[in-house]
Amino acid sequence: MKLKQLAVNYRSNRLLYWILFPTLLFVFIFNYIPMFGLVISFQDFSLTKGIFGSKWINFDNFTDFFNGMYFGRTLSNTLILSALDLLFSFPAPIILALMLNEVQHLRYKKLVQTVSYMPHFISMIVVSGLIIEFTNSSGVVANIVSFFGGTPQSYISLPQYFRTIFISSEVWQNIGFNSIIYLAALSGISEELYEAARIDGAGRFRQMLNVTLPGILPMIVIMLILRCGAIMNLNFEKVLLLYSPATYQTSDVIMTYVYRIGIIKQKIGYSTAVGLFNSIVSLLLVLGANKLSKTYTEVSMF
Amino acid sequence: MKVKESISRRVFLVVNAFLLSIIGFVCLAPMLHVLSCSISDPYTLARVRGFHLWPIAPFSLEGYQSVLAYKNILIGYGNTIIYVGVGILLNLFLTTTAAFVLSQKRFMPRNVIMLFLAFTMLFNGGLIPNYLLIVKLGLIDNRLAVILPSAFNVFNLIIMRSAFLEIPDALEESARLDGANDLQVLWNIILPVSKATIAVITLFVAVALWNSWFTASIYLTDHSKWPLQLFLREILINNSQRSLDTGVKASALAQQTLVKYCVIIVATLPILCIYPFMQKYFVKGMMIGSIKG
Repeated sequence: MKLKQLAVNYRSNRLLYWILFPTLLFVFIFNYIPMFGLVISFQDFSLTKGIFGSKWINFDNFTDFFNGMYFGRTLSNTLILSALDLLFSFPAPIILALMLNEVQHLRYKKLVQTVSYMPHFISMIVVSGLIIEFTNSSGVVANIVSFFGGTPQSYISLPQYFRTIFISSEVWQNIGFNSIIYLAALSGISEELYEAARIDGAGRFRQMLNVTLPGILPMIVIMLILRCGAIMNLNFEKVLLLYSPATYQTSDVIMTYVYRIGIIKQKIGYSTAVGLFNSIVSLLLVLGANKLSKTYTEVSMF
Repeated sequence: MKVKESISRRVFLVVNAFLLSIIGFVCLAPMLHVLSCSISDPYTLARVRGFHLWPIAPFSLEGYQSVLAYKNILIGYGNTIIYVGVGILLNLFLTTTAAFVLSQKRFMPRNVIMLFLAFTMLFNGGLIPNYLLIVKLGLIDNRLAVILPSAFNVFNLIIMRSAFLEIPDALEESARLDGANDLQVLWNIILPVSKATIAVITLFVAVALWNSWFTASIYLTDHSKWPLQLFLREILINNSQRSLDTGVKASALAQQTLVKYCVIIVATLPILCIYPFMQKYFVKGMMIGSIKG
């Protein structure tokens, strides 16, 4: 029945279907075929034998990963780095937006906004290059440390500093650009609400707590859900540029491990399994965050 | 009571403005440092390390001259322009056509298709299966390996579709009464009134493609096809240790240090020049994308 309707719809709107076709084909090839490719997680995959010729080995790749020495380290590094990122990178733009919102001099506000967007447009390679320059033993950070009497070190090659360096650079790069969305939400709050709060005797701070924050809460929740989905694939390309064997104990995350094992060492089946583990955890996190927010705040994405 | 509040308010405003200045400065400072260094005297620069917010005299444009002499930089620039240009065209083609069809109420399976497309935002094959696909398609060391995987983005589709949905139906109807078909409606009616959205998507795509390096690094071994960012990686990251630690001749070292900064400027300037003028579109694009996402 449904198929019949579809056929009728197709016959009267033929051109529409054909206009959509290239995009569908494209998404099918580049998004869905790789999903089917995930079956090689259950194979002892070899490039020469291909998907149909390689041996099926059930969950061996997964158990190898879970029992291996990399599982604990990469998982905890991923979670710690992401948790820190969430803790600092997530609220920073909200605070910046609230601060900008209080500025009455419009040109000053505009200037700060424009300048704060800039880091977002600088490429990851350049940012990483600068980080390496600033944190090496003769860089700015070392200069500051030795000014205060400390011993300068090459911070980027010491595992205990990796997280600090990575998170600070993420905050720096995204604080301005991510504040755009909150500023837009702030400008959408009706002036009447502030008026009413003032009549009730609320000061500026109370107004912020009782009017401004509830006004942008839905946006905060949506962004938080999106952010939770990205927990497992935090900016691993940047980690790849900044890490080195010397800092693996804090810097090696699941995706960088997948990269090393899969692309460099060509252990295709095993690395696909590790990547799939990552994707599944990440999917569960998005769904979980969405459900939580649906239950407690009535805001949800789907 | 009223006066007291206004005093504390004023203190707050001053402190707030001050803190914002610091944030602004921190955002600006690293690039200012790079710019200053790029026109500084190379020999002093190589000796006096640290942070420079002002160029070291005598100013010189020597670095920029030598950048132009580096064949790789020119090759990279050319390749990046190809990748960005073709990428923008492909993205716009795939995004506008799909957004148009999915914004038409006559198109019955639009919800199913939206779901089909949106699902890719939640789940994907991941790094290795994507890599394998490119290998199986025989695209290793082919420019298409860089262009195709980033030729479509569902997020942009959602932004574009929302913009199309806001266009009043009457506009389209009048064209249809004149006998225009779907393609003509899209080209003559929908696209011209959606210039703002197209501009913002073009900017997002352009920035992403200009700065992208990872796909190229795994699919291209042939240096003559490398985008600028990969040559930058060689200069800034892979060589950084070598050029700093080994006993290269002082003059060569000075030259190298200077060129490094000039290359950053040359590679970043195009984008830094465009974005301030596109600001007013950011808000619109991002709002629509995240609310209806």
